Amino acid sequence: MTSMPSASNAPVIIIGGGLHGSSTALHLARAGVAALVLEKNYIGRHASGVNAGGVRTLSRHLAEVPLSLASREIWLKIKDWVDDDCGFDQNGQMRVAENEADVATLRTRQQTMLEHGFTHEEWIEPDEICSMIPAITPTIRGGLIVRADGSADPYRTTRAFRFKAQSLGARFMEGVVVQTIRRVGSDWRIETDQGVFTAPILVNCAGAWADKIAQQMGEPVPLEPVGPMMLVTTRMPHFLNPVVLGTGRALSFKQRENGTVLIGGGRLAYVDRDRNLSELDFRQLAEGARTVCDLFPHMKDAVVSRGWAGIEASMPDGIPVIGPSSTESDLYHAFGFSAHGFQLGPIVGKITADLITKGETDLPITPFSITRFQQAALAS
Amino acid sequence: MFNRLPDTQQAVINRPIDLTINGVVVQCREGDSVAAALIAAGFSECRDTAVKEVPRGPFCMMGVCYDCLVMIDGQPNQQGCMTRVRAGMKIERQQGAREVRP
Amino acid sequence: MIEMTQCELLIVGAGPAGLAAATTAAQLGIKTLLLDEQQAPGGQIYRAITETPVKDRAILGEDYWHGASLVEPFKQSGAHYQPGATVWAVANHTAPDAIEGFEVGYSVAGQAHMLHATHILLATGAQERPFPIPGWTLPGVMTAGAAQILLKSSGMVAGKRTVLAGSGPLLYLVAWQYLNAGIVVDAILETTPPGRLAKALPHIWGFLRSPYLAKGLKLLREVKSRVRIIKGVTSLEALGQDKLEQVRYTVGGKTETIAVDQLLLHQGVIPNINLAQAAGVEQRWNKLLLCWEPVVDDWGNTNVEHIGIAGDGGGIAGALAAENSGRIAAYEVAMQLGKIDRAQRNTQSTQAREQLQRAIRGREFFDTLYQAPDQFRMPTGDTVVCRCEEITASQVRETVKLGCPGPNQMKSFLRCGMGPCQGRFCSVTVTELIAQERGVSPEEVGHYRLRFPTKPLTLGELAALPQTDDSRKAVIRMKKPV
Repeated sequence: MTSMPSASNAPVIIIGGGLHGSSTALHLARAGVAALVLEKNYIGRHASGVNAGGVRTLSRHLAEVPLSLASREIWLKIKDWVDDDCGFDQNGQMRVAENEADVATLRTRQQTMLEHGFTHEEWIEPDEICSMIPAITPTIRGGLIVRADGSADPYRTTRAFRFKAQSLGARFMEGVVVQTIRRVGSDWRIETDQGVFTAPILVNCAGAWADKIAQQMGEPVPLEPVGPMMLVTTRMPHFLNPVVLGTGRALSFKQRENGTVLIGGGRLAYVDRDRNLSELDFRQLAEGARTVCDLFPHMKDAVVSRGWAGIEASMPDGIPVIGPSSTESDLYHAFGFSAHGFQLGPIVGKITADLITKGETDLPITPFSITRFQQAALAS
Repeated sequence: MFNRLPDTQQAVINRPIDLTINGVVVQCREGDSVAAALIAAGFSECRDTAVKEVPRGPFCMMGVCYDCLVMIDGQPNQQGCMTRVRAGMKIERQQGAREVRP
Repeated sequence: MIEMTQCELLIVGAGPAGLAAATTAAQLGIKTLLLDEQQAPGGQIYRAITETPVKDRAILGEDYWHGASLVEPFKQSGAHYQPGATVWAVANHTAPDAIEGFEVGYSVAGQAHMLHATHILLATGAQERPFPIPGWTLPGVMTAGAAQILLKSSGMVAGKRTVLAGSGPLLYLVAWQYLNAGIVVDAILETTPPGRLAKALPHIWGFLRSPYLAKGLKLLREVKSRVRIIKGVTSLEALGQDKLEQVRYTVGGKTETIAVDQLLLHQGVIPNINLAQAAGVEQRWNKLLLCWEPVVDDWGNTNVEHIGIAGDGGGIAGALAAENSGRIAAYEVAMQLGKIDRAQRNTQSTQAREQLQRAIRGREFFDTLYQAPDQFRMPTGDTVVCRCEEITASQVRETVKLGCPGPNQMKSFLRCGMGPCQGRFCSVTVTELIAQERGVSPEEVGHYRLRFPTKPLTLGELAALPQTDDSRKAVIRMKKPV
């Protein structure tokens, strides 16, 4: 390394202080590498801090399953990893079938999982669902459940990763907007609105803005910034333990310990990522409200006290970009989690750290390669 | 305790509106809010909170504090100060988080 | 099929600003709809002006009855009016058709509706500033404004053992209105610190030219001659088991306790910013009034195109200022909608502009004199800060020490601001507490990121909203009033 040690140098610079950036910083710190994270707002400001907090292995894209199962191992011991239980509870996650078409979808899914050797998703009969959740519509047809799944507090989790990483030597700078990235010698030279930073290794964890970096590196990706919407109610008497997902209709439905109910499902707000702005689409929210009321009739009297939407990156095939750059050495990507990156945060940081420190990872990341978009572009 | 001015008290006597508050029948005036009727009937409290289950009563009377939540005709979470009285209305104290009965 | 309405100008709030704006706008030929969440017009300052049971005008006073002069012209103007309507969302980018302007979600009697408006004028007025003292959540403790509302709308007065406490002219106004009704409150506990008058004196010239001067001094004299006034109160506590039983206060180092059944608190008013902020209107911290207020220009324009603000909702200036700023904003909207040109806007609004200037004379004097003292804005210990979620001052301060730099980050740890009032009664307190703990300005700390719905609604109401484009196309153009 030719540069003098200083505040603006680091062995690794990570762009983006969400969960993936913070997790990468933690795993690097554990390996003795003190990364510098540059965050344009504050740690956990965007998708990482405001998502539904689902810690699920259920219903993952096939390619994500091995990563998700590995990540779960970290979640099970999260307190040991980050000195905080992150509000993680394991009340299970289930995807329910409202009609025969849903049943068919779920049965096919279960079959696919078994064919690939994955047994974590179990069929659950309607009467067990009804005894587990008396408030659910009695017309429910069954579902798929992972009893060891659960949920956690997204902002608290991101923060815990950040502070643990910091305690082990990582540095985090907030309010730093990356502008131009250039190679100078063997280093990356990162120009920001707070000055210039240099590092031999760069990691792109910039979430809904990560395509701007990929673009600068000559490997454009078809990333779309989206705003998955959430609603939360005032406190209600306890009626639900597991997280409930829809099958034919989008729904993610959970009751927190404090009694409030969180309603999501991936319906999209309008977003303007350059102004950190999102506007809720109430017609879409109304659709979600109808789904909830059909599944849980008593919810019609639930009081919605707030709605919001974070700014997230969506990839057209619904899976993230993880792995080395295709155009540059010493550059790694971990972005595009398409509204389901939270549970993967702990493991993706490890994957990236392993790639950096060991040059390899024992998890199958080929499906997440950034090259898949170039191949698609070539093919079209 | 809040009292009616004499003219207003006369209006209640001339044209009372009957409500039940926690099972007890009281008279109030057309145009009263439920919160005003509660206060006129001598109740300074109308609910227990969700977290610590302590009593609360109307505070701002203009719909921004959400402390005057009561059960009206079986519907929970009604702002008493924003709801006008109607003959035969049934008003009940709201108990903490036991708000929506599945 | 749900009916949809289309208007050129939607005004939210039927207080003086909203009424005057709607009147002027409709007279200028703008298709105007006024939505207000109360069942009758007047807002808070002129609450129940069309239906108060307090018929003896001497009780509420002529400043109140002035409000009646706004209602008749409004009724004649041709503006449409929907009372009992609570606006909970304003959509800009997600509105289906840019040509129709904003899509606004609102509810009437538990039923959600949507309408389209080319231009929106927010006239949502003010609310009482939070007054977090120990025990302020006990039943029996209310705002002075609440007592006024009970008087105006239900002809009710507080009974024996009633104390007013805090700072600001409203305390005296309530005491005076009570005197007119034959009620002498037990005491006014004034928290205005000694030395404040000296601080306010540089602004005395404005006050001397204020239209409120003569009336104000007369009112003050009458109250002082009949009501026990205790000045220089440095601490206040409401005590009681499950309801208010006593108030304890300190003056000159000595602590006294009085048995009370009613404690009426007031330390100024702050703008209602929730709807404005959720709609994207930029806010700034007012360093004199110590509150957030929207950034507005002299014509009511904000940073959001076609959203304007008039009245106290844009910055506290009082009822007379509000009605004039409402008129001025209406002329501006008329120009933007092409009904009049700039020269006409300037000429026709001259009188309102002059009245506005006159109405705000002396505000700096009052605002300086009656600025709420530090200890009553930034409490400590077990004093409740977030009433909805029952969070205390020490919990907030501790969370800052643990590294939470702002009110939004705090939400993960404490539920401050996440209850049904959506931060209305804790936002300024939390911002100032964090600022004090961190040693930075409130401006730097920022405020809750307020979102729609700005008033809670049930999932059932939401579920009943129109879904498809087909149902949306059933637009019923607003009929002219008969």
